[in-house]
Amino acid sequence: MSTALNTKNKIHPQKMYLYAGLGSIVMMFAGLTSAYIVKKSQANWLDFDLPKVFFISTVVILLSSFTMQMAVKKAKEGLQNPYRGFLTVTAILGVVFMVLQVQGFMAIQANNIALTGPRSNSAASFLFVITLLHLLHVLGGVIAIFGVRFKSLSAKNIAENTLPVELLSTYWLFVDILWIYLFVFLQWIG
Amino acid sequence: MSHEAALQNHEGHESHEHDGHHEHHDTFLTKYVFSQDHKMIAKQFLITGMVWAVLGGLMSVLFRLQLGYPDSSFPWLESILGKWAKGGQITPQAYYALVTTHGTVLVFFVLTAGLSGTFANFLIPLQIGARDMASPFMNMLSYWFFFTASIVMMSSLFVETGPFSGGWTAYPPLSALHDASPGSKTGMDLWIISMALFVVSSLLGGLNYIATILNMRTKGMSMTRLPLTIWALFFTAVLGVLSFPVLLSGLILLIFDRNFGTSFYLSDIYVNGVGALSNEGGSAILFQHLFWFLGHPEVYIILLPAMGMVSEIISVNSRKPIFGYMAMLGSLFSIAILAFLVWAHHMFVTGLNPFLGSVFVLLTLLIAIPSGIKVFNWLTTLWRGNIRFTPGMLFAIGFVSLFISGGLTGIWLGNAALDIYLHDSYFVVAHFHIVMGVASMFGMFAGVYHWFPKMYGRYLNNSLGYLHFWITIAGAYMIFWPMHYQGLAGMPRRYFDFSIWESFKQFADLNRFISTVAMIVFATQILFLINFFYSIFKGRKVTVLNPWESNTLEWTTPIRPGHGNWPGEIPEVHRWPYDYSKDGHDFIPQTTPVGEDESGTH
Ligand code: HEM
Ligand SMILES: [Cu+2]
Repeated sequence: MSTALNTKNKIHPQKMYLYAGLGSIVMMFAGLTSAYIVKKSQANWLDFDLPKVFFISTVVILLSSFTMQMAVKKAKEGLQNPYRGFLTVTAILGVVFMVLQVQGFMAIQANNIALTGPRSNSAASFLFVITLLHLLHVLGGVIAIFGVRFKSLSAKNIAENTLPVELLSTYWLFVDILWIYLFVFLQWIG
Repeated sequence: MSHEAALQNHEGHESHEHDGHHEHHDTFLTKYVFSQDHKMIAKQFLITGMVWAVLGGLMSVLFRLQLGYPDSSFPWLESILGKWAKGGQITPQAYYALVTTHGTVLVFFVLTAGLSGTFANFLIPLQIGARDMASPFMNMLSYWFFFTASIVMMSSLFVETGPFSGGWTAYPPLSALHDASPGSKTGMDLWIISMALFVVSSLLGGLNYIATILNMRTKGMSMTRLPLTIWALFFTAVLGVLSFPVLLSGLILLIFDRNFGTSFYLSDIYVNGVGALSNEGGSAILFQHLFWFLGHPEVYIILLPAMGMVSEIISVNSRKPIFGYMAMLGSLFSIAILAFLVWAHHMFVTGLNPFLGSVFVLLTLLIAIPSGIKVFNWLTTLWRGNIRFTPGMLFAIGFVSLFISGGLTGIWLGNAALDIYLHDSYFVVAHFHIVMGVASMFGMFAGVYHWFPKMYGRYLNNSLGYLHFWITIAGAYMIFWPMHYQGLAGMPRRYFDFSIWESFKQFADLNRFISTVAMIVFATQILFLINFFYSIFKGRKVTVLNPWESNTLEWTTPIRPGHGNWPGEIPEVHRWPYDYSKDGHDFIPQTTPVGEDESGTH
């Protein structure tokens, strides 16, 4: 029934929706990191080293992308329990990532560099705001994982409809890559 | 369930599930309030936009009253505005609050949400042949975020210290310091919350429009068979999705400066009565960059939907194919690209590096090329057409006129050397009101007059429509044309009272004239509203499927389409939408298969 035209369009509308949405998130962080570059070239910029804990959090989020891919794989194979298991592990890693990020903030403050408030320097404030916004995107992902996992409980055969978990894993991979970009940016470029 | 319908259609163009629609009973709440039907959501956007247009217009009448009659007092003002109009004259603080709120709501709530929200929702599924949007649920959320943003903005009118008063562009420090002005307190908090909600609404909507246009077209509807309305709405959505997040970034940094003591935008500031602030190293110009990176695309977000609808309406009512369809597409595309590369033309006087400035001059002036192409194509479409002067057509032609007038002054402003003199003068006010404000309003009116029969199954009253058009176009030119002269004479924008300046006393009469016309034009819009609401219930009934004898798909639906749009299968498309006066046929709908001996098809 479908013509050539329609087969070309086989990408699911909701995937398209997500891709465009990721584009808008990219623009948000592109705006912030551009502002960072502009600001850095002006007076009163404080250079300081990133706390080591951000290296660990980077490893954790990388690991979580791997477990997320595994979850998708298991879902496609219709293996309920491993699927849910990998989702849970991914969510836990996501939470660990967030905790580590907060530890990073505390480590900076422990060095007597204020992130906000009257004594703050915009170098530290920028790092804080950018990282915090990324953290909120991870938080959104964790909530979505729980949502998808909860819904899968009522599914008879998860392999029949893997769209939710595919969308989820695309998003999760995206926030992972986004963090790697931000990490490289903050560590070496910015 | 509509959701399902939409998706299944996408999969295989089978629509038997449609029968299920009739068994499903809508309650008042799901049909009119939390509706997921794109047509109802469109109407919700339209009517909310109209409420804001009236409020925003009323605000301009109030501040024009001050500009036209700076020495008079109007006791009735005090009775409606209270302490904001002590002794019958609005206070400077109230004046600034009115100007700011007028700008914000007209730009964002009326001409963005009211225009894209209405017509993207209404036309995309109908004209591409889809049962609904990619995600009807997100679509509903998009409206309710907008509604909440509206409520928050509305509530800022009633707080003790008044709404935000630092201009629609919300530059720091006025926007960043609570103590900078009364409007910078709670009013600004509400402004930020409202705008953040608005950004979310735009994103939810825009993502839907993109996904729907790309993935849910009916069989045969290739991208180059799309009506230009859809192309324009597509580029509008892309612009919004890529630029609103940057505004959000800017606002987030602003929130931190306001509430958490950071110094992104603030440095070396002394506030009367508070003392020197500790903020150091921030840059207010940084906000301008972030703001105008959205701000310029935003003006095209406002303009493109109008351009698209005007192209369609002019073609239908000239009974001629649109001239240069591919050129129209190309120019839409290049306008969309250039829109991201010219933002600093709003910042020529901020100490921008002159070499950088000249790059922005060049890129800005480049916009004249696609703009010129579009104007040329509209005029050539009209040329020797068999023109039907419906009210919708008149507004479309009015749009072209206004776009030319306002675009030409854009070329003046785009030259940094001229702009250094003209910046922040009434010349700029004239430029953007003509090219954006009034022109896009005309596009919106054109759309409402043209698609009202499809929206409500009744016609608007034509005589009232003609009256509305002629008074509005004449009035708009009478209001904004003289402002060019005022601006050239150096009259700055955003001043409360010009009567105390020796050099501007000569404009006292002119200002009174402008204010008077503004009131007349405002009153005329009430006429339109009466026509609109009366016709919804009492207008002449539409009795034919295709009253304008148009080619596009929306006219193949029943006169009052239900949720799902087509009762049977979605029609297949065999040609582009602009086969007018072809091979001896006045019009050939997109659903007509190509004939055997038909001349070249698209
Ligand atoms: C040939 C095309 C155009 C050029 C070269 C142009 C150029 C400019 C320039 C240089 C300014 C800054 C003036 C100043 O503040 O000193 C300006 C302001 C403005 N333009 Fe245009 N423009 C063009 C078309 C448009 C269109 C099509 C729209 C909207 C649909 C538009 C909307 C605006 C607005 C809203 C402002 C003022 C914003 C503000 O300061 O509040 N312009 N234009
Ligand atoms: Cu601009």
